[in-house]
Amino acid sequence: MTLAAPTLDPAEVEKFARIADQWWAPHGPFAPLHRMNPKRIEVIRDAILRHTGRTAGGRRPLAGLEIVDVGCGGGLVTEPIARMGASVIGLDAAEETIKAAMAHAAGMGLAIDYRQGFAEDLAAVRPGGFDVVLALEIIEHVADVAAFVAAAAALAKPGGLVVMSTINRTPKARALAIVAAEKILRWLPEGSHHYDKLVTPPELSAALEGAGLRPDPAIGLAFDPLGRRWSAGDDVDVNYIMVARKPG
Amino acid sequence: MTATTPPDCDVFIAGGGMAGLTLALALDQAGLDVVVADAQAPSTTLAPHFDGRAFAIAFASFRMWKALGLGADLEPVAQPIEEIMVTDGRPMGGVRRGGPSLLHLHFDREEISPGPEGEPLGYMLENRYIRLALDKAIRERSRVRVIAPMGVAKTEVDATGATVTLTDGRTLRAPLLIGCDGRGSLVRRQAGIRTVGWPYPVTAIVCTVAHEKPHGGVAHEFFLPEGPFAILPLVGNRANVVWMEKHAVSRALLAMPEAAFLAELKRRFGDFLGDVRLEGPRFGYPLSLQLAERMIAPRVALAGDSAHGVHPIAGQGLNMGLKDVAALAEVLADAAALGLDLGDPHVLERYQRWRRLDNVAMGLATDFFDRLFSNDIAPLRLARGVGLALVNRIGPARRFFMTYAGGAAGALPKLLRGEALAA
Repeated sequence: MTLAAPTLDPAEVEKFARIADQWWAPHGPFAPLHRMNPKRIEVIRDAILRHTGRTAGGRRPLAGLEIVDVGCGGGLVTEPIARMGASVIGLDAAEETIKAAMAHAAGMGLAIDYRQGFAEDLAAVRPGGFDVVLALEIIEHVADVAAFVAAAAALAKPGGLVVMSTINRTPKARALAIVAAEKILRWLPEGSHHYDKLVTPPELSAALEGAGLRPDPAIGLAFDPLGRRWSAGDDVDVNYIMVARKPG
Repeated sequence: MTATTPPDCDVFIAGGGMAGLTLALALDQAGLDVVVADAQAPSTTLAPHFDGRAFAIAFASFRMWKALGLGADLEPVAQPIEEIMVTDGRPMGGVRRGGPSLLHLHFDREEISPGPEGEPLGYMLENRYIRLALDKAIRERSRVRVIAPMGVAKTEVDATGATVTLTDGRTLRAPLLIGCDGRGSLVRRQAGIRTVGWPYPVTAIVCTVAHEKPHGGVAHEFFLPEGPFAILPLVGNRANVVWMEKHAVSRALLAMPEAAFLAELKRRFGDFLGDVRLEGPRFGYPLSLQLAERMIAPRVALAGDSAHGVHPIAGQGLNMGLKDVAALAEVLADAAALGLDLGDPHVLERYQRWRRLDNVAMGLATDFFDRLFSNDIAPLRLARGVGLALVNRIGPARRFFMTYAGGAAGALPKLLRGEALAA
């Protein structure tokens, strides 16, 4: 077994390890992710159903699928994916985070295979092992985008999906996701995101194509402050999701 | 991988009254696994003498019960309300001085749903028929587990769920605990949710009468100085009487021999429906307003009387509870379809945002109506009479009141639009 060089920035891993016990605090540093979560999960679920030719409905629409959640954090998406019937591995670089995720899943009575490690490590032992590879709000924290996308692509089965979500690099994203969320509203710890590390949809699309995947157009997630709700659509100015298929 | 113990159910409902059982049916329809515990045995609550009340069921609430499969059982015993006559003063034909005020308010369902296919303003349904239909429907759903008679002794919550200790010492765990356990809600108290409110100095006397002439589906509400006196049509030549008097007067009336009570009743009821006789026992219910400060707490949600007990002046108490049920069931069905934790604070906050304002507004509106109508101060009497006449003259205002009392105002949950929740 050969270990590829981890593409994660060690400083970023350390930053999230420090707040590992905060993942499930409803009004803690991850509250914005909690608020966005239902719409984010809906878009991901529907993309998976569409690409696998499954029909919606029932409580376990993802039954029988093998999914890996790379950069799973406390399990905000990992747990719902498991409840929807998929067999899930949650992977995170920070050991404290994985411990917190394991404790929470145990309390909820969910069987999730949480592992501390990097995408490259898992790709080395289970190449082409997953129907769906999720990498959500993680690409903006990696040191080498191309290498990370390649590792994610290596985890997917031929015909499988790679789903990524992140924050666009636009003035609006800087204003909302960094200045407002971190410095004014203090939703996020200061330094959560660095503007120059953000990735635009064309850049992510190119990286996915470079890894041999076929990306769909980006799906925007936008927050309507008056209705206090998230909606999915064409507005990719701040948050977006990209679904790519591995030929096979 | 850590060893895990799945919870005993998706949702634990404390209280198997009308709100609790309707919620259980709605959540079952959405594919959720529900346990209901009720302190009383079904044989007690289904007995005819358990609860003599009848409820004005808004058409939206009735639609929900139909969407939950209760239509065939409820339709034969539901009296459509075709018209509502609100009058300031004595019933027509009553022998007491005063007579009906010329100023009145008339609601006719033809105005909001014209034609024979249209829905009525609402339905009058006797409590025991609702309970029987709910009990039957629950038994037909094998997945819903009802534990009764069994009280809840204690509830505890932690980061990932609620643990309920039953009075026999058994414990059950669920990600969400719902208190449908009435005004004295144990779930509410254990969650540390306080209430605000005040008692009214009146006790509602409730009884069923048989009368000679058909009522034509007309509900009458007379605002007497002591409080409202309502004649609510039931199936057949029968009506439910809700009669509010000061506590001491009500106590005396309830204690009277039947013949004397009937004589007092007739003095207020009048003879416009011919001769009147009592059918079944009399019941007394002291009234109060009680609003919970919050409808949610970590891993806990309140629905129905545990969250709000209001003055029955506009027949809204149960309908508000059923609106809670419809909204909560839809919020939880949406969450379940995404695999979300049903006790997630953001899921529960969506429920509270949907219902709380409506409940507080309705609680205060019924309180205001009660204050407006429960006195004999001459200028106020005139003002409210003019107010009634004005609302009556202005079509849009009247239609708004009808639509609102019918439960169709605001963002309606699917069940209240008559749509089933997808499993």
